[in-house]
Amino acid sequence: MRELSRGLLASLWMVVLTAPLLVVRVNTTDKVVTWRWGNMLWMAIGSLLLFLAWRWAMARRGGDVQAADQDSWFDKLLARIGQGPLRLPVILGLVLVALVLPLFVSMYEMDIYARALIYVGLGLGLNIVVGMAGLLNLGYAAFFAVGSYTYALLNHHYALDFWLALPLGGLFAALFGVILALPVLRLRGDYLAIVTLGFGEIVRLVLQNWDSFSFGPSGIANIARPTLFGREFGVQDSAIFIYYIALALVAVVIFVTKRFQDSRVGRALLALREDEIACEAMGIDKTGVKVMAFALGASFAGVFGVVFAAKQAFINPDSFTFIESAMILSIVVLGGMGSIVGVAIAAIILQLMPEYFRFMADYRMLIFGAALVLMMLFRPEGLVRAKREHYTVKDLSPQTEDK
Amino acid sequence: MRAVLSVSGVSMDFGGLRALDSVDMEVREGEIVALIGPNGAGKTTFFNCITGIYAPTEGEVFVSPPGRDRINIRHRKPNQVTGLGLARTFQNIRLFPSMTALENVMIGRHCRTRAGLLGAIVRGPVTRREEKGIVERAYSLLVKVGLGRWANEVARNMPYGAQRRLEIARALATDPFLLLLDEPAAGMNPQETQDLKALVTRLRKEFELSILLIEHDMKMVMSVSDRVVVVEYGKKIAEGTPAEVSADPQVIKAYLGEESDA
Repeated sequence: MRELSRGLLASLWMVVLTAPLLVVRVNTTDKVVTWRWGNMLWMAIGSLLLFLAWRWAMARRGGDVQAADQDSWFDKLLARIGQGPLRLPVILGLVLVALVLPLFVSMYEMDIYARALIYVGLGLGLNIVVGMAGLLNLGYAAFFAVGSYTYALLNHHYALDFWLALPLGGLFAALFGVILALPVLRLRGDYLAIVTLGFGEIVRLVLQNWDSFSFGPSGIANIARPTLFGREFGVQDSAIFIYYIALALVAVVIFVTKRFQDSRVGRALLALREDEIACEAMGIDKTGVKVMAFALGASFAGVFGVVFAAKQAFINPDSFTFIESAMILSIVVLGGMGSIVGVAIAAIILQLMPEYFRFMADYRMLIFGAALVLMMLFRPEGLVRAKREHYTVKDLSPQTEDK
Repeated sequence: MRAVLSVSGVSMDFGGLRALDSVDMEVREGEIVALIGPNGAGKTTFFNCITGIYAPTEGEVFVSPPGRDRINIRHRKPNQVTGLGLARTFQNIRLFPSMTALENVMIGRHCRTRAGLLGAIVRGPVTRREEKGIVERAYSLLVKVGLGRWANEVARNMPYGAQRRLEIARALATDPFLLLLDEPAAGMNPQETQDLKALVTRLRKEFELSILLIEHDMKMVMSVSDRVVVVEYGKKIAEGTPAEVSADPQVIKAYLGEESDA
């Protein structure tokens, strides 16, 4: 009952707030004021219902505050798949679906899937920097741009082959990562975020304005599509080929990320996030380890930048705006920082949803925003909670305890 | 006896405050030296100056790793100092709380292992052998400090006394020749303190360590250390064997309080 009266109060407040906009319409040419009382009613009912739903959801969550740490059915499902005997079949099944997909979808869709895969790669790259190293990078698209332009320019001037450009793009992006990281990694948290944001804009503006180098806003067109041992593909086959390339690269990136996570450096990165001073006292060169993570993350972006340039066959600076960085960051945050599976799922969802829900395109940003807010309130750890396998000693009694 | 650590005229200023005022001291090979003094005397600041967390305003810090000439470490970074063979623990425990005991010690092996990015990705035989070595070494160290059965437990969930010992094991993992313990017995009950004392003496013998420790537990200080250095208000006021120091009238006045305690 108390909830209801509070809800009524809230909806009354909403009505008052929105009345000038939704109810009163002044037609200035005819000097007539129309009163749309119906809108007020809808506003009242709508806000009351929303309020009650909100309170209900909050109460449900508040009832088990401790449960934030507990596993939901979703976590349990993932854990069951991730650890049980189902693991291999599920992975194989997904790979199979991904492999035969081109047989069933149109070329247009193929293009969308390839783009989604590129975003999976970007998400995984940023995941190393933000999720694993805990360094907030708001200029990640800059590395993506470095990769793209590496291929576009080298191809334009020297007709460089896609396959040569692929490692070069990664290398150049990693180099940029190191150049940026060395002075910047003294900063932490917010300051780091702002500097990386600035870096992203600098790269974009340079590409935009240095006409003689990057052809400015008009971009670079007619970038060669990838070939297979010298064989060239038509437009249609090319889309499929690029899809397979992106798929293979995503597999490589997942493999690298996993290996990196379970390595000496990955471990140091984890420790660094917990206590920097203790790490230094344990002999870890914190700058070195962070630079390594930064460079690895950047190189992923570079490689997928090359793929992107090859897929589009045309690039200009507009593809590498801050919105792009923000999108990739949302993928990482929504998917779950540090979680490979989560980031992959989030990237695919965020890239495919807008395509399949085109009829709601007008509300896209509204829904995206609402989803972000709800996500942060009800599942701040992201879609899939990052879980790490601990190093364990299997046999606890080979050596006797001497005390 | 050769000095493994020799500090001369180290001062540390924080703005207008002189936290350390030209302190000289030495730790010789195989010695256990205790650094004592009232709260705020500058003991932990001294540790931080040696280990590179602070750069001393004045003075020099020399270390002599076994088989090497003495090196000035005044301007070295903490990780470089650790690399040279100085390892420390912290007054307020600084473990990696969400990692297991084993993983904590494994981090200590970081500076003695090499595997880089490429090794991590390729994971060839060298890297795999190294990883295996890290795990084995870490576990054997845990066993040595009596934490074998805690190996797979997350550090956060371990009892306080075990956490203190885990810090020591982690420090030992860096292969130090000089171990710096910052109040290892703080918050321990008499029994745990006894065990710790036994552990410290045993580790010194087994790893051929020199040990510099800060401690407030006088019983432990007097029984475990070969020499005691007393600081007050950032100045060294006395130095000598436990017996000498506890008889020193200045020390009694500054710190021990009662004359009858001598």
